[in-house]
Amino acid sequence: MSKKITIEPVTRVEGHGKVTIQMDDNHQVIDSRLHIVEFRGFERFVQGRPYWEAPVLVQRLCGICPVSHHIAAAKALDVIVGAGDGDGLTAVGEKMRRLMHYGQFFQSHVLHFFHLSSPDFLFGIDGDPAMRNIVGVAQVHKELAVQGVMMRKFGQEVIRLTAGKKIHGTGAIPGGINKNLSIAERDELLKGPDPLNADKMIEWSLSALEFFKNYHKQNHAKVDDFASFPSNHLSMVRKDGALDIYHGVLRAVDSEGNRILDDVDYHEYYNYIEEEVKSWSYMKFPYLKHLGKEKGWYRVGPLARLNTCDFIPSPLAQKEFEEYKAYTHGKPNNMSLHYHWARLIEVLHAAEVIRDLLHDPDLQNEDLVVKGKKQKEGVGVIEAPRGTLFHHYKIDDNDLITMANLIVSTTNNNEPMNRAVESTARAFMNGQETITEPMMNAVEVAIRAYDPCLSCATHALGQMPLEMTILGASGRILDHKMKD
Amino acid sequence: MEKTNNKIRITIDGKRTYVTKGSTIVEAAKENGIYIPTLCHFEGADPKACCRMCTVKINNRMMTSCTTPVTEGMEIENDTEELNEVRKSIIELLFVSGNHFCPACEKSGNCELQALAYRYKMLVPRFPYSFPRKEVDASSPKIIKEQNRCIACKRCIKTIRDEHGKHYFAYKNRGQHLEVILDPVLGDTMPDDLAKKAMENCPVGSILYKEKGFDQPIGTRKYDKQPIGSEIENNV
Ligand code: SF4
Repeated sequence: MSKKITIEPVTRVEGHGKVTIQMDDNHQVIDSRLHIVEFRGFERFVQGRPYWEAPVLVQRLCGICPVSHHIAAAKALDVIVGAGDGDGLTAVGEKMRRLMHYGQFFQSHVLHFFHLSSPDFLFGIDGDPAMRNIVGVAQVHKELAVQGVMMRKFGQEVIRLTAGKKIHGTGAIPGGINKNLSIAERDELLKGPDPLNADKMIEWSLSALEFFKNYHKQNHAKVDDFASFPSNHLSMVRKDGALDIYHGVLRAVDSEGNRILDDVDYHEYYNYIEEEVKSWSYMKFPYLKHLGKEKGWYRVGPLARLNTCDFIPSPLAQKEFEEYKAYTHGKPNNMSLHYHWARLIEVLHAAEVIRDLLHDPDLQNEDLVVKGKKQKEGVGVIEAPRGTLFHHYKIDDNDLITMANLIVSTTNNNEPMNRAVESTARAFMNGQETITEPMMNAVEVAIRAYDPCLSCATHALGQMPLEMTILGASGRILDHKMKD
Repeated sequence: MEKTNNKIRITIDGKRTYVTKGSTIVEAAKENGIYIPTLCHFEGADPKACCRMCTVKINNRMMTSCTTPVTEGMEIENDTEELNEVRKSIIELLFVSGNHFCPACEKSGNCELQALAYRYKMLVPRFPYSFPRKEVDASSPKIIKEQNRCIACKRCIKTIRDEHGKHYFAYKNRGQHLEVILDPVLGDTMPDDLAKKAMENCPVGSILYKEKGFDQPIGTRKYDKQPIGSEIENNV
């Protein structure tokens, strides 16, 4: 008899999701899906609102990486207020935003690694479920748990001092920033009491990397083969090819490293990226237009960024990057669990950038905002912790928003996450008569590698058809409803 | 306060004090470092007593203290559980009768309604939200009139006039459809400083000066520094 397995809710991810796996009579996986069961509506909420409200309003999409939405929206509005195409701010304007963004990048990545993922490495996917969480980590590996908590706190402090508040601040405004960093604030981060200072953060980032690399050494096959599949990779890179999460051009490579999007201007993202709507999910499926739906889907996030960029512009992270690249002989890395490795290299990079920015006297400048000739439309793109984030707004003659389009990081990873679910389901469940807890955990581990933020990913309202199917134990359809 | 010729004696919450003859209860209390909450009241403009926030009790009767003058021997109840409950209910009613979303409001931190809600410890209104359908009028070059947040306090109508005394703002409609609108002709030529003053005088975020958004950092806004009323209470 065929059966349907449901994993709900998917745990230790941001937001709520649901997975269904359909198996045939011979216990073979025939279909699998990651459903997003949350429903948001931010693209509609902002319509009719004054444009300068957008960075403060849309960041409410998320409590984990609100800064990403805050800054992406502000970048789009920079264009609207005539402050250039993303690189026209004053030095203090851009550097304060960078500091805020790298601070949030640091805390979000740390949260994901220590709080959400480390239990899988420490206790294994078949470990005691009661222990596979941050409390379990604190009981057995106290030092590691403390590091995770304090590193996150440091990132949050960076956000507080740049945005005014740890969550949902107001620092970035159209054309710049609303405050600079005082010397006292700078010293809080630079010379804060141990461990809350930038140098300690670099030291701990290195030790987190060591932890992962050791785990990898002992579990090569397990890590490398898990949910590994070829894909395209997309991210923003700096014009010279460096890793840059604040500003740059769009680049995509295929699984072999060939350029399939060659450093194009992100303001015209809509010429290159299309989104497909599927009836069974609130989350859209983006793909590269010129390659089509079947071949054009891509991964984003840490793994993709380290596949697209040529180098990392900070010495310690660059050294780690070289070791990481050597592992795949310079070719793109297509292994899902290597997201963790890439993420930790980015944690180190963020810590180095934060330290260097804090030493920059431009942060104490007073010229916070620039404005020029007003425009009616603006696009802002940044690399959020989870991947490339697009914000696009149009305004009318009265300064009210008439259109908003957001393509959020997790949405970009929709197809890859579904592939990861399928690959793991097949690897762990094919031929198995009984489905065990560790098998279901494996599916979650695959999803978790992408650090999805499911609440962010379902921000749209109004265009999504919704289909609900209720299946009996035998697979017979009992009820079916459709909304379009 | 000392007794002099132009002073009379009153009692506020059992505390005997001397206040200036001819002043209103709100003014007299302020003179003595006692805060009576107000919302529609604006110093320098005629009081209208439309919000009822300043309700006090005199001889067991509820009175608005922004319009009631002090008299010799008057005994006033102000900071009592009963009256504070009335005030909290007024704040809650104002919240549910409009669409007040503080998180994305430019006035947050400078908003008197929000500050009063904090002072009277409103967590969530006990009344059902009415979610009225209101417009955002952005047709004027200087000002956005955000009808969702207007509490009809009339402060803009009373205080924003041109050099001939002509009102920039006026009431339109009645009852639940009442709105405060900006005169379209005068609005077109509204001077910059007056537009900024209109935003400042509005106790909530219903009058927004165009393109001014969030440039005052969190932590430096008026009520981030001290709770509403403390400027009077700390000034004894
Ligand atoms: S716009 Fe502001 S000042 Fe005018 S009546 Fe409404 S709330 Fe009062």
